[in-house]
Amino acid sequence: MQHLEMQDISKEFGGIAALRGAAFSARAGEVHALMGENGAGKSTLMKILAGAYDHEGGEIRIGGAAASIHSPQDAIRKGVSVIYQEFSLARHLTVAENILIENLGSAFLVNRRAMEMRAATLLQDMGFAEIDPRGIVGDLPVAFQQVVEICKALSRDCSILVLDEPTAVLTTHEAEKLFALVRRLRDRGVCVIYISHRLDEIFALCDRVTVLKDGATVGTWDTATLTHDSLTRLMIGRELQDFFPPRVAEIGAVALEVRGLAVPPLVRNVSFAVRRGEILGIGGLVGAGRTEVLRAIFGADRRSAGEILLHGQPVTIPHPGAAVRAGIGLLPEDRKQQGVLLDMPILTNAVMTPVNPHLGPMGLLRDRRERGAVQALRDGLRLKAASLDAEAGTLSGGNQQKVALMKWLVSGCDVLLLDEPTRGVDVGAKVEIYRVINELAAGGTAVVMVSSEMLELMGMCDRVLVMRGGGIAGELSGESLTEANIIELAMGRGNVH
Amino acid sequence: MSTETARPGAVALLVKYNIYIMLVALVVASTLLSEHFLTVQNIHNLLRQLAPLALVSIGMLLVVLTGGIDLSVGSVAAIGGMGVAMAMPALPFDGGLALLLCVMGAVLFGAALGAVNGLLVSGFGMASFVATLAMMTMARGLAYMLSNGQPVRFPRDLPTAQILTGFGAKGLPGLGTPWPVVAALAIVLLFIFLLRRTSWGRLTVATGSNETAVRLAGLPVWRFKFLAYTICGGLSALAGIMVTARTAVGTPVTGVGLELDAIAACVIGGALLSGGRGTVTHTMIGVLILGLIGNIMNLMSVPAYPQQIIKGVIIILAVLLQGVGLRANRRV
Repeated sequence: MQHLEMQDISKEFGGIAALRGAAFSARAGEVHALMGENGAGKSTLMKILAGAYDHEGGEIRIGGAAASIHSPQDAIRKGVSVIYQEFSLARHLTVAENILIENLGSAFLVNRRAMEMRAATLLQDMGFAEIDPRGIVGDLPVAFQQVVEICKALSRDCSILVLDEPTAVLTTHEAEKLFALVRRLRDRGVCVIYISHRLDEIFALCDRVTVLKDGATVGTWDTATLTHDSLTRLMIGRELQDFFPPRVAEIGAVALEVRGLAVPPLVRNVSFAVRRGEILGIGGLVGAGRTEVLRAIFGADRRSAGEILLHGQPVTIPHPGAAVRAGIGLLPEDRKQQGVLLDMPILTNAVMTPVNPHLGPMGLLRDRRERGAVQALRDGLRLKAASLDAEAGTLSGGNQQKVALMKWLVSGCDVLLLDEPTRGVDVGAKVEIYRVINELAAGGTAVVMVSSEMLELMGMCDRVLVMRGGGIAGELSGESLTEANIIELAMGRGNVH
Repeated sequence: MSTETARPGAVALLVKYNIYIMLVALVVASTLLSEHFLTVQNIHNLLRQLAPLALVSIGMLLVVLTGGIDLSVGSVAAIGGMGVAMAMPALPFDGGLALLLCVMGAVLFGAALGAVNGLLVSGFGMASFVATLAMMTMARGLAYMLSNGQPVRFPRDLPTAQILTGFGAKGLPGLGTPWPVVAALAIVLLFIFLLRRTSWGRLTVATGSNETAVRLAGLPVWRFKFLAYTICGGLSALAGIMVTARTAVGTPVTGVGLELDAIAACVIGGALLSGGRGTVTHTMIGVLILGLIGNIMNLMSVPAYPQQIIKGVIIILAVLLQGVGLRANRRV
């Protein structure tokens, strides 16, 4: 019997249908994955369940009874809790105060001891006895903050727990602890709805999968009956091989060489070289020091040792401005916080570089010239936008990433550092980004690409360095570039040096 | 979405042009309420009084665009106004060149105080509220110290002083537009141009929109912030000089509360205090709206205390209207 049933749910935003009669049902005591490309309607459906949006038409039933959910309060009363990527924690309060925050308001006097005991019991129950209920939430690692958020949900007896991309902020080790917690909740009969773009997690954790596409439900399957390929096909209706367009690589002279790079406290003795026209991947776990390496090359973080050579000449790169002038570009890992100006027009974003050849003397803007150049880039990148004056924030994730790339095309860089270029981007847009990267490499750019997605590393890169614990654990290419080898090097299993 | 923007409804129009509508409504209401309002004399007086606020508001806007705030503008204005009043009789020679030296000196000193703010904020990462709060009391203290708490008077017959007071009192030959208004207008146009048509202006706005992204694009964020505070200090000092020119006396109490009017002008003009949004034109409309409210209430002899309440209500109304605008544009 289904614990949660959502039938024929529709929702429109200003005349555009986000959901068209979507259906979703989940049992108590299962982990149920909700999959789909960005814009497929996953978040909208879950926000309706959470009472954040009101739905037009359709019915929600919980535990067999019709549940009218029209506000977040309704949802909480019906036992629905949603853990968003942005936590709703009071950072300056203690763990216990956060977990039992609703009780804080109901009583005039606060019995701190009793609260801390209750919180401690709850944390222990979840297998996180090491979290001190008296600790300040803001001081905890992100993973523990997430546990606090989940305990807060459990303290109000939730029967349906929605996790929206919970591992996006976690390291692999932390993620494993989270999975253990999710399994424990499932065994207690909680209905866990799990949203993630990472296929590995879905297969490791979830019992069933429901796929949404264009606001409608494609279907629900037992995870055991699916493969990576078949699930991806269900989401995009396309073969996996088509992801990685064939590439004509003309590999030239060494463009960037790094010797003995060290970035305290983690990264030490990292050396590699990348040639013109080459795509060099950097794999490894989150926290292995990959981002730090890119940022240090770009001058965004200080390096304590190491030499950087461009086209054979040693360069000093004290700050990002120097990197850009030397011909290095960086696409940061966090697109919205670091990559684009969401409130600014595409045009502004595209020319936001210290090397803007379209400026007149004294920094005077030459609007026509700039527009012409950016317009040409837009066509080349197949950027989908109404106009160059549209704010970057109105674009989809994939198109935002193209906007972030534009400035390096304007400034004309020889070395491009990409940090998780397709994170949080839907499958269709990924293919587009791959195409752009391939074209840049074909034009002679040396590309260094950090990625957590094995398929991406294998499909895109000529060689892959795998990092572990701040150093390079090994290099893979050709025949040896397999998923198993990447994992082995990244995790440190086997006899790899 | 495109269909919506193609057929803007009455509400959308109202929201989009809310401050223009507010300005026109105030002018119409003022004209109807008082026969003294729409006279050349009154308009000239009003604009003459608003010229210093206009300059300070431009400086404030620059700082606000980068995501900061400058509480020290009023105190710096006092120093600027007093500095000129004290320097003019002290110079060994008279005339236009002497005045130019005095004005430049005072403006540079104001800019230096602003540069200290800029250094504390962009170099030492101090919160702008805190850094400029400290500067506000320090500059005010300096103003009182320099003058012993007394107004600084200067000989009226000094040729240098006559040029200055002439600038404050007279206007364009023929039209009679007061000189301070002409000067302020020129500076307004200059900054409209700088913000809209130069890379510096665009990147100053970008800095407030997302500092991290601008820094990771390889741009020297600290320079845009530092310059914003420095220019703000210079413009504040210049505003103080205009007050001295109009009143023919430099006083240490010039510009008390000026920072609040300047912030109000920015906010009424739709600038976001978190940075990244705001224009000189709209800020100037904010200045006019603030000025009109005071002017019409004075003409109708509304006492000073209720005036403050009405001013507050108008600020809230203006911002509420913009809030409606933001929400109407947002998809969810």
